Amino acid sequence: MSHHIVKADNLYYTYPDGTMGINGISFTITHGESVALVGANGAGKSTLLLHLNGCLTTTKGDIIIGDHHLNKKNIKAVRRSLGMVFQDPDDQLFMPTVFDDVAFGPMNLGLTEQEVEKRVAHALETVGASHLRNRPPHKLSGGEKRAVAIATILAVSPDILVMDEPTSNLDPLSRKRLISLLQSFEHTKIIATHDLDMALDVCERTIVLHQGTITADGPTLDIFTNEDLLFNSGLEKPLRMQEYKPMPISIKKKVHDHDHDHDHDHHHHHH
Amino acid sequence: MATIENQLFDIRTMDTLASGKSNLHRLDPRAKLITTLIYVVMVVSLGKYEISMMVPFVLYPVTMLVGADLPVFYLLKKILLVSPFAILIGIFNPLMDTTPLVQIGSLSLSGGWISFFSILIRFALTVGAALILICLTGFNTVCMALEKLKVPTPFVVQLLFLYRYLFVLIEEASRMIRARSLRTFDTSGLRFKVFVPLLGQLLLRTLDRAHRIHLAMLCRGFDGHIRVSRPMHFGHKDLLFILSWSFFFILARSYNLSVIVGSIIEGFF
Repeated sequence: MSHHIVKADNLYYTYPDGTMGINGISFTITHGESVALVGANGAGKSTLLLHLNGCLTTTKGDIIIGDHHLNKKNIKAVRRSLGMVFQDPDDQLFMPTVFDDVAFGPMNLGLTEQEVEKRVAHALETVGASHLRNRPPHKLSGGEKRAVAIATILAVSPDILVMDEPTSNLDPLSRKRLISLLQSFEHTKIIATHDLDMALDVCERTIVLHQGTITADGPTLDIFTNEDLLFNSGLEKPLRMQEYKPMPISIKKKVHDHDHDHDHDHHHHHH
Repeated sequence: MATIENQLFDIRTMDTLASGKSNLHRLDPRAKLITTLIYVVMVVSLGKYEISMMVPFVLYPVTMLVGADLPVFYLLKKILLVSPFAILIGIFNPLMDTTPLVQIGSLSLSGGWISFFSILIRFALTVGAALILICLTGFNTVCMALEKLKVPTPFVVQLLFLYRYLFVLIEEASRMIRARSLRTFDTSGLRFKVFVPLLGQLLLRTLDRAHRIHLAMLCRGFDGHIRVSRPMHFGHKDLLFILSWSFFFILARSYNLSVIVGSIIEGFF
């Protein structure tokens, strides 16, 4: 199974309106690796992800997924082995019920009904959503939607999982549950995220993007301890790694008031 | 804004009603769909002056309402909500067609008024029957039934998507309207000047979303066909349901049952 590599070779992409998307990106991700893709807003994370399964076509450069040089002919095979979880679960869950949604991929693979049923049951069980199978997706909570969105991809049983902001808009407990779920997957994972604490838990390798280029690529811990690098890429250390100087809120407020004395006076008069 | 969200909630109640367990709920969706279609065709095809022939057709919705224990006032409200369309269609009839047709004491009713009322009645009966169908079956299941009846898949898929994203779209629209109203400090309503860019914005967002959904579908091997497996069992009960109601509808369409029943009753005295 060591051939499930994801390789990008000098990728360039410019949006039709002239906006630069990515600007010369190269990396190789080998089988079973878990890679975080971090960077400020507009750094090109989502653009890069959309290239990996051919949703966007490069202006220049080459993508290799497994044995395939990504092109129009093998796009279907690539999409079967590389599953993508979109940022907004509402975009991903379009069928009348959770069951239909999770079954959508396997049915397109032309599997028998029993096999589809088995895949759906297994995928829903993996994400802990078996009890939701007959519910319409629009009635689910944010955390449930996310879990089901992941199940829809698992049901196709891809070798590589690509996720865009999997922990966004989740409450702390749902987020924690999702992190342990991600840790339990043995797939090759590529996760674009702003949640650096999650990256710390899930990914042993991190790629930092800044304005469409890679500014760093290495072990997650090494990168997250390099404050200059993070700062220059519009990031900061994961919250867990930041020093917390306990200071009662009342004192904090006084310091703050002192700093913006004028501003606050204005406010007080107003009310 | 509040009303939009309330409407949204209301649509969901129909889905809740559809999860009922009465005998009528358990009929094959195709049986209910076909019966409703025959009903609608029969009611619509009645002549514009034949109000008395419409009376027997009330029996079907009433039986369904009672049999499945559906909330009558809820459905009446829904019918009222769309009634402006029917009123607009018929409103000029009394002006165009002024030949007196019925004389009640000193009051003479022109053909225009009769046809206006007949439009309203036919409208209420057909819309009521359609709503009852959805309350008994659920929108998605009606779509599945359409597919099983060999309606072209693109139409069915369109309907399914319409229903799925109606909620998302309404939520998006109500968020935008709320954002606007929170920054509008004069109390005047939604002004045209603001309304147009708001609509444009909504259209753009919708197109973006449609694009993303399409990508998500492609990523899971979408090839132009949506396959949904939903076993349906068409039994004797379902056949009986269709046949007996259709027989009644055709009877009521061919003979003026109100007059016949009336003369039978008269015969007793």
